[in-house]
Amino acid sequence: MNSRAKRAADIGVWVVLITMPYWMTLIGGYTELGSRVIVLGLAAMALNFLLGFTGVLSFGHAAYFGLSAYGVGMTIHYLVPSTPLAFLIGVTVGTAAAALIGPLIIRLRGVYFAMVTIAFGQVFYFIAFRWNSVTGGDDGLTGWRRVPIDLHFTTINILGNDKAFYYLALIVFAASAAVMAWLLRSPFGRTLLAIRENERRGRFLGIPVDRHIWMSWVISCFFVSVAGALYALLNNFIDPRALRWDQSGDFVIMAVLGGMRVFWGPLIGAAIFVVLQDYLSSQTENWMSLIGLFFVLVVLFFPRGVLGLVRRRAAS
Amino acid sequence: MTQLVLFNIFNGLIIGAFYALMALGLSLILNLSGVINFAHGGFLAIGAYIAYSLIPYVGFWGGLLLAPFLTAAIGIAVERVLIRRLYGRDPLYSLLLTFGLAFIFEDGTRYIWGAQSLPYQIPSWLQTSLSSELFFVTGYRVFMVLLVGVAVGALFVILNHTRLGIRIRAGTLDLETVSVLGVNVRILRNLNFGLGIYLAGLAGVLAAGMLGLQPTIGSSLLMPSFVAIIVGGLGSLPGTLLGGLLIGVASGLTTVFFPSASEAVIYVMMGLVLLIRPRGLLGEEGRF
Amino acid sequence: MRRRALLKAGAAAGLLPLARPFVVSAWAEDTVKIGLDNPLTGVYAALGKNELIGCQLALEQINAKGGILGRQVELLVEDSTSGDAGTAVQKARKLIERDNVNFLLGNINSALAVAIAQVSNEKGVFHIVPGGHTDPVTGKDCHWNVFRVCNTTRMETNSISQVLFDKFGKKWYFLTPDYAFGHTLQEGFEAGLKKLGGTELGADLTPLGTTDFSPYLIKAQAASPDVIIFLQAGDDAVNALKQAVQFGLDKKFHIAGAQQELEVLEGLPPEARIGNWVFEWYWKQPGVAHLDEFVAAIRKTSGGKVPTARTWFGFTSTWSCALAAEAAKSLEPVKMAKAMQGLKLPPEVALMPNDPFYREGDNQLMPTLGMPSQRASRTPKTCSWSTSRSGASTRRCRSRTPGAR
Repeated sequence: MNSRAKRAADIGVWVVLITMPYWMTLIGGYTELGSRVIVLGLAAMALNFLLGFTGVLSFGHAAYFGLSAYGVGMTIHYLVPSTPLAFLIGVTVGTAAAALIGPLIIRLRGVYFAMVTIAFGQVFYFIAFRWNSVTGGDDGLTGWRRVPIDLHFTTINILGNDKAFYYLALIVFAASAAVMAWLLRSPFGRTLLAIRENERRGRFLGIPVDRHIWMSWVISCFFVSVAGALYALLNNFIDPRALRWDQSGDFVIMAVLGGMRVFWGPLIGAAIFVVLQDYLSSQTENWMSLIGLFFVLVVLFFPRGVLGLVRRRAAS
Repeated sequence: MTQLVLFNIFNGLIIGAFYALMALGLSLILNLSGVINFAHGGFLAIGAYIAYSLIPYVGFWGGLLLAPFLTAAIGIAVERVLIRRLYGRDPLYSLLLTFGLAFIFEDGTRYIWGAQSLPYQIPSWLQTSLSSELFFVTGYRVFMVLLVGVAVGALFVILNHTRLGIRIRAGTLDLETVSVLGVNVRILRNLNFGLGIYLAGLAGVLAAGMLGLQPTIGSSLLMPSFVAIIVGGLGSLPGTLLGGLLIGVASGLTTVFFPSASEAVIYVMMGLVLLIRPRGLLGEEGRF
Repeated sequence: MRRRALLKAGAAAGLLPLARPFVVSAWAEDTVKIGLDNPLTGVYAALGKNELIGCQLALEQINAKGGILGRQVELLVEDSTSGDAGTAVQKARKLIERDNVNFLLGNINSALAVAIAQVSNEKGVFHIVPGGHTDPVTGKDCHWNVFRVCNTTRMETNSISQVLFDKFGKKWYFLTPDYAFGHTLQEGFEAGLKKLGGTELGADLTPLGTTDFSPYLIKAQAASPDVIIFLQAGDDAVNALKQAVQFGLDKKFHIAGAQQELEVLEGLPPEARIGNWVFEWYWKQPGVAHLDEFVAAIRKTSGGKVPTARTWFGFTSTWSCALAAEAAKSLEPVKMAKAMQGLKLPPEVALMPNDPFYREGDNQLMPTLGMPSQRASRTPKTCSWSTSRSGASTRRCRSRTPGAR
């Protein structure tokens, strides 16, 4: 795809996102749906940093997503009712956990890597589940909500005003996407692509593959933690399910649906997934069959995802 | 206390045999075709429900005999139509496809048989415990272990003494050469998949006797099966068997000392195996 | 070439339905809307289906009588899934923001009920929880706009403790599902046991979704109690009881528990339908007015199946919405919440002896609980009813209805 078309696409995406609250209701949506798409889209894009651009599949990203969310919830609930502080603590917790676990698992590849990420994810899930006194266990952490941000000259009411929260999420998303895009365009990012294409050759060229994969892992988990923090703020609630492997599976599906090799792919995938599920489950109680059928069709006929297909058409 | 521990080890072996049955089917499919079958739990549920529907006509034993074959037939059809197209691609795609299939199966069984738990009847003479001391060794559980033993034995015979079995084993080592030697690899994969699903169906029928029969019956058994395969070693069927037994025992023992962790312990085991000896207990180096 | 056409067609078809709700809501301005945010898939699907049937019957009856304040009533149903709080919260927001529901109903899953209650409180929408049992809903996490039909765990344990103690013995062993619902049930029983002077021999926390209860049953058997108390609900209960009977534990010990549901019993083979339980509502209550008509009506819509407690929860909560609006002569949540304080259910809604009413201060419905004793048979034969009005929960609700605007 040539760079002019690419830039046009980028601008198109931003225009759509910035004006979302205004056209969303016209097509039967609601602002929170858009916020949810942004948050989950960020998580999927974070995962895709590792999956689509470094070629490493993780099925345990939800662990750091959830840890960050719990960090936010527990900070507001037990420490200080301050959104920025909670956000900071949440992201730190999620990223720190990932950074510590990284060195342990970095030697593994393929299905082994995927399974070990599941293993760690499940351990965190069970800790959240069993430590009821602190985390609320299966009932989840309740009794807290996102606190309006006090900027001394004005207060941003992200609690009462859905649009305000949407734009806050959008700003965070934009910053994250910008950093990720910049990283991918840098020599570091190019190295990751090389590792994705042919790891052995990369090693022969002298690239310290393990260290690069570790860095990609940490960066990917950092952004998924950011998404997790936003998720907690979106729901005013967090429960262990956000840590489970099927939540990780959802992120993988979004990335593949939208197109793993395309930067905006996971966002589109998240949009399709969230909106489709929201719409179908309102129409029929057999929505699971339809979603399942949709996955099957996508995997069989559109394996490069929606954007992958668009790209191929533009290139041909 | 020692009695408690011994009982739990014994019981763990019984339950582990069941896990092993399910994991073996999964392992068969994974080894030959490289397909990560997330729909295995769904097939288990289908097997259970088919048996339930057959019981009024052919009784418990008829259901036990026929249901796995019917489930395998469905499996063969699914492989032919859907999964076949994914060979040669990244295993991620087969994972996602079977993930979607699992959704369809769960919803389908709910649609056909309802969301309500169904009462699955096992013959009354199987229901009693063998002795008052070993009260947890019920006739049904003994029967289950025997059946798993027979199934594993039959599998061993098939894999070692029939043409199909030898081709499957050769195929797991080098499918290309097997194809060059004139074997129809498509049919081989198809039958192998059917064999794996037969085991899933059988596990389903057995599960229905122990657990409540409802659409989500298979989903909680899926992850432990993967854990069993990893712990035992990818690519090794005896390893999978061992893995299943180990997680059964580990789960049971943990319940005695630290009940809160009884579910998490299998993941801890898997994590440890992957960090210390990734190929698993009986696996071969460089399989994947 | 064909694929692209397919994709285009799919995209066009996909956008079309999104436009539909806008069109629908344009002409449906005049109806009163009740939003139901309950599980229709997953572990609680069967329970959710029954609550839905109850809601639908109530809706028919309300509309036949002229609707709420002269307007017809519409029921909007959303699947909250059985465990995904994110989806449940999202659907609640959808019902409130996009569909402008006047009433919100839900959820069976206690955790989801609490999560949704936060949303309804944030937006100030009248909310009734038909079947989510955890105490905090009308206890420490209560809100002025949230009401509950089903019992708190404390009410259930209070009602049956004395009976178990007197009839079966003082030494109890607990098998508790490891989440708030189970914990509060166990606390309730322990408090009752202490008061009566019994002993707790042990307790095991079983993870939710445990399929194999044998290790726990082995421990229970080793402790040799008089009564083994099973606090599991839903599918866990089916598994636990099935296995307990297979082990022959029902012949050596008494099996009992707090809440039991017909859906669970239906899932058990006949020989496993044993034990002493609390039923929040039962379809056979001699001498209760209007009950037969209700049972007949439900049988017609559900293909011959009898109503369960869940059906009654859905029925009652929907009717309560209508009653609240009529009592307050308005659809304003604050006025309706005030009207609900102490509201008694009329006999055709109550369908149980001793008029149930919504208790002032914590918005909890105070019903009559029944304890039929189960012997291995298809349906319980004997039914002894006892009122349980104590319901003293450990943390009282401290909410206050805001002053009427």
